[in-house]
Amino acid sequence: MANTTIYEEDVLIKEQGFNDHFHDHHHGDKYQTNFIFHYVFSMDHKIIARQFLITGMIWAIIGAAMSVVFRMQLGFPEESLAWIKPFLGKWIEIDPTTGMGKLVPEFYYALVTMHGTIIVFFVLTAGLSGTFSNLLIPLQLGARDMASPFLNMLSYWFFFLAGIIMFYSLFLSTGPFSGGWVAYPPLSALPQASSGSGTGMTLWIMSLTFFVVSVLLGGINYITTVLNLRTKGMTLWRMPLTIWAFFVTAILGLLSFPVLASGFFMLIFDRSLGTSFFLSEIFIEGQALDRVGGSPILFQHLFWFLGHPEVYIIILPAMGLVSEVMSVHARKPIFGYRAMVYSIMAIGFLSFIVWAHHMFMSGVNPFLSNFFVVFTLIIAVPSAVKVFNWITTLYGGNLRLNTPMLFAIGFVSMFISGGLTGIFLGNSAIDIQLHDTYFVVAHFHIVMGVAAMFGMFAGIYHWYPKMYGRFMNETLGKIHFWGTIISAYAIFWPMHYIGMAGVPRRYFSFESFDAFKHFADLNKFITIFAIISFALQLVFVINFFYSIWYGKKMKTKNPWGANSLEWTTPIEPIHGNWPGNLPVVHRWPYDYSKDEREFIPQHIPLKEGEIGDH
Amino acid sequence: MTYLIAFAIIFLLAVIVIQIGKVTELASKIRGEEEVELHNNNTQGKWAVIFMVVFLVGCIYSAYYYKNTMLGYGPLTSASEHGFELDSIFNVTLIFTGIVFVLTHILLFWYTYKYRKQRGTKAIFYAHDTKLEMIWTAIPAIVMTFLVARGLVAWNNIFPTLTDQDKFVEIEATGYQFAWDIRYAGADGKLGNKDFRLIDLAKNSLGMDWTDEHSVDDIVLGGTDKIVLPVDTTVRVRITAKDVLHNFYLPHFRVKMDAVPGLPTSFIFKPVKTTKEFRQQLSEYPEWQVPADPNDPTGPKRWETFEYELACAELCGKGHYSMRRIVEIVTRDEYNVWLASQKSFYMTNIRNTADDPYKGKKLFSFEIKAREQELKTEFAKVLSDSAITNTILLKHVFFETGSDKLSDLSKHELDNVVKIMNERASMKVELGGHTDNVGDAAMNQELSQKRASSVLNYLISNGVASAKLSARGYGQNNPVESNDTPEGRDKNRRTELKIISK
Repeated sequence: MANTTIYEEDVLIKEQGFNDHFHDHHHGDKYQTNFIFHYVFSMDHKIIARQFLITGMIWAIIGAAMSVVFRMQLGFPEESLAWIKPFLGKWIEIDPTTGMGKLVPEFYYALVTMHGTIIVFFVLTAGLSGTFSNLLIPLQLGARDMASPFLNMLSYWFFFLAGIIMFYSLFLSTGPFSGGWVAYPPLSALPQASSGSGTGMTLWIMSLTFFVVSVLLGGINYITTVLNLRTKGMTLWRMPLTIWAFFVTAILGLLSFPVLASGFFMLIFDRSLGTSFFLSEIFIEGQALDRVGGSPILFQHLFWFLGHPEVYIIILPAMGLVSEVMSVHARKPIFGYRAMVYSIMAIGFLSFIVWAHHMFMSGVNPFLSNFFVVFTLIIAVPSAVKVFNWITTLYGGNLRLNTPMLFAIGFVSMFISGGLTGIFLGNSAIDIQLHDTYFVVAHFHIVMGVAAMFGMFAGIYHWYPKMYGRFMNETLGKIHFWGTIISAYAIFWPMHYIGMAGVPRRYFSFESFDAFKHFADLNKFITIFAIISFALQLVFVINFFYSIWYGKKMKTKNPWGANSLEWTTPIEPIHGNWPGNLPVVHRWPYDYSKDEREFIPQHIPLKEGEIGDH
Repeated sequence: MTYLIAFAIIFLLAVIVIQIGKVTELASKIRGEEEVELHNNNTQGKWAVIFMVVFLVGCIYSAYYYKNTMLGYGPLTSASEHGFELDSIFNVTLIFTGIVFVLTHILLFWYTYKYRKQRGTKAIFYAHDTKLEMIWTAIPAIVMTFLVARGLVAWNNIFPTLTDQDKFVEIEATGYQFAWDIRYAGADGKLGNKDFRLIDLAKNSLGMDWTDEHSVDDIVLGGTDKIVLPVDTTVRVRITAKDVLHNFYLPHFRVKMDAVPGLPTSFIFKPVKTTKEFRQQLSEYPEWQVPADPNDPTGPKRWETFEYELACAELCGKGHYSMRRIVEIVTRDEYNVWLASQKSFYMTNIRNTADDPYKGKKLFSFEIKAREQELKTEFAKVLSDSAITNTILLKHVFFETGSDKLSDLSKHELDNVVKIMNERASMKVELGGHTDNVGDAAMNQELSQKRASSVLNYLISNGVASAKLSARGYGQNNPVESNDTPEGRDKNRRTELKIISK
């Protein structure tokens, strides 16, 4: 059946497709004259997607390696870390009498800060949304490329520049920024307060400012492309859930990142020009500063006005990818397509009015918290709807349990586990006890760290053939999946218990507190699994790069039997995506197992009396 | 060399990984792709169920195993009144989320197994079901409403507005890199003003404003002293920071609030268990009956060394993890005894020094009262039969420089003298004026005579019979200290009262 379908598809596009005269002008190819413009300064969305992905992977390895180092300090404080000295130099302090090597506290905090910044922004924002929005928006919508390929290229290169600056800051003699990824002033504003708040912070803030530029250039492109470049017949209600997710994500980014940028500018002014937006009544290093009238809490408002939408900027694309992957491999329509879309929109809207739930204990008026508790817990409703819909998508399906599908199922498990703990934290009364403890660390790592990574892995394994014309290895994929889900739970589940015992996060050592020091066993356990988990990600990296050249070749255009348009493009990618006409869309993307047919791609015309939408 | 070996090992591992991967492709070549897929679905489906069972059992068992170390369970129940309500909301949320967690996981992994693709199986076309979707939108909405309602009622009770009519103990915690300064409001129950510009690390590390009279009786704890608080009493902690953000965190009391420079915050709580009571509660659990120090098996048990702790819970720099203070909850009586033994910071360190704005300008009512008491005792001493001296130093009698005009403050001392003089009809005294050696001796002689007379006149005009009094100037002839230092000269300028007859 597969062969006839493909034949049918080609003919359909050729005969009934939409001719936009793209190939009459050849304007697309003029950018691809040589290696530099083909692979480096490319304006082709598929190349840019791969650039985002591989850059994101490099950052993911750096960010994860950092977590392994600080986990060693936490899990094995009595063991010598002298053997890392050749890599970290002066940041490992050797006790001259015992020969014990210990991480320097300043660098511990720098590692924690960089780990957060890198993973949140470079990996889960750029690496996830940047990769798949670029790859899938034009392909799934039937567009030749992004609305502005040039801005799209700039978006990547601003991200690259941001990365270079951040990377450079790792090697400063005063260390990279070490005041936490949230960069609360006055700690982040005053070089006297911490060695990382000097040049390290200057570079951090520069880097992230360029990163904001990157997100905005990318976001405006995604939105424009979704709104203007859909092929004929691709109404909004016929877009795959991936596109809905990327679309809402881009809107969130466009509305929230500028607020962060304004906060950054004020912080730069406070640092360099002597203003007092965030500073007031400070006495530090034996000196009373001449700064009054500012409010450190203002920065927290600005930061979390981005920061909370940011967690949805991370998780929505993962949700979109999972919905698509799950539906394809369950051979079943995603359950409640419209409910899924409305949930994405509801989550997107609510994400803008919950930011102060990060600040219940920050000294804002307790009365204010009432509103934020209500809105925060309302988010649980659309989130729950999504979970039930995913589970029901599995119900009655014909599941192919390959690696992308396993990661999609793993995503749902992680999203449930991490989402439920959000109900504790969103309730301000319980948050008094849990705020800034390991419970929070467990919550957000599971719900937006591991879950988003799982969504990303599902996407990579699923669309790998589209990106590289080959498959990733299944056995290694399964080792990667089971190893990762087990070690991820082994790392983060015990953190709930440590948090429920009241142990605060961002502690270099627990030894001086009777209440916190009795969890050495759990900390060891967590560290061991962190190392295992890191090693398993290397299996993925090997699989990824090995398969680019030696993976099993993709022999048919549509190996998964999927409905969306990206699988109608040639195996060998071309600029402009479709060789001749653009496909015309007649139906929604989830006609799986309908009318005795396993799948009906979107460009297949409706039979008489058939409905194209749901 | 080590690196070479390390790289060789990594390379070898990579090769092994790739070889493992190749097995799949070989298998699919031998057995056919579809066969491999079906086999794979079976294996993975089974794995999914095994994982689900192990995971859920592991979660529940480990939670049970660690419950005694968690706040709110086992011995670590709340030590504050509001904490019980928080723990209860936590548990209600835990029940709801626990049910959802277990059910959704069972469905997720069971469906994964049940609906795996097998030979001849097909999927159903089941795209939506409005009724079902309404139900599972409504249920979470109702549960959330319930949790929000409970949470918010508790939340708003935890942050009441205290008025002056409420009885509470007020303390202030000031965080700085990397420790806490603790200040008690003292007898007046009010903390004095602070200003960061007045901070002087040697003399006034909090920047207390001495011109605010509420500061005068404020108590500042020493750097490592325990924070002592009474049980069953409302405590309001005013939380401030000197340099960067900190967070006042008392885990056992479920108290947590950021310390923000320039913006004082507060937290109100009521301790319900003294440290001793809490230790007693811990002593019933075997894990608390072990020696506190594993290297000292005969030493005190863990429960005996338990202390409530104050920690910082907002990243504040490299020493964030070390901002520990001990909190001790005692009975009200013990607290009162402890409080009485504490000295006001101002009175011990600032009073009558160059930094004291009231030096020579004002006496506080408690000082006047105390001096009255003291003067009575001094009179009693010189009037007793075993007296070794017959002279009392009128230490609060001052004159304007170079003049015989009494300062305003002197009348408190002299009024006391009037009272005592009038109680003893037969007593006669001589008022002696003394100066230091600055200036001309004859002039000093004259000045001391005038000053003594000035005191005499004040006493007469306030009702002491003139016959009981005489005045004499001694000039600079009877110094009590060396005249070479300003402090010494200060002591030598004085007015004395000598008993002539009892």
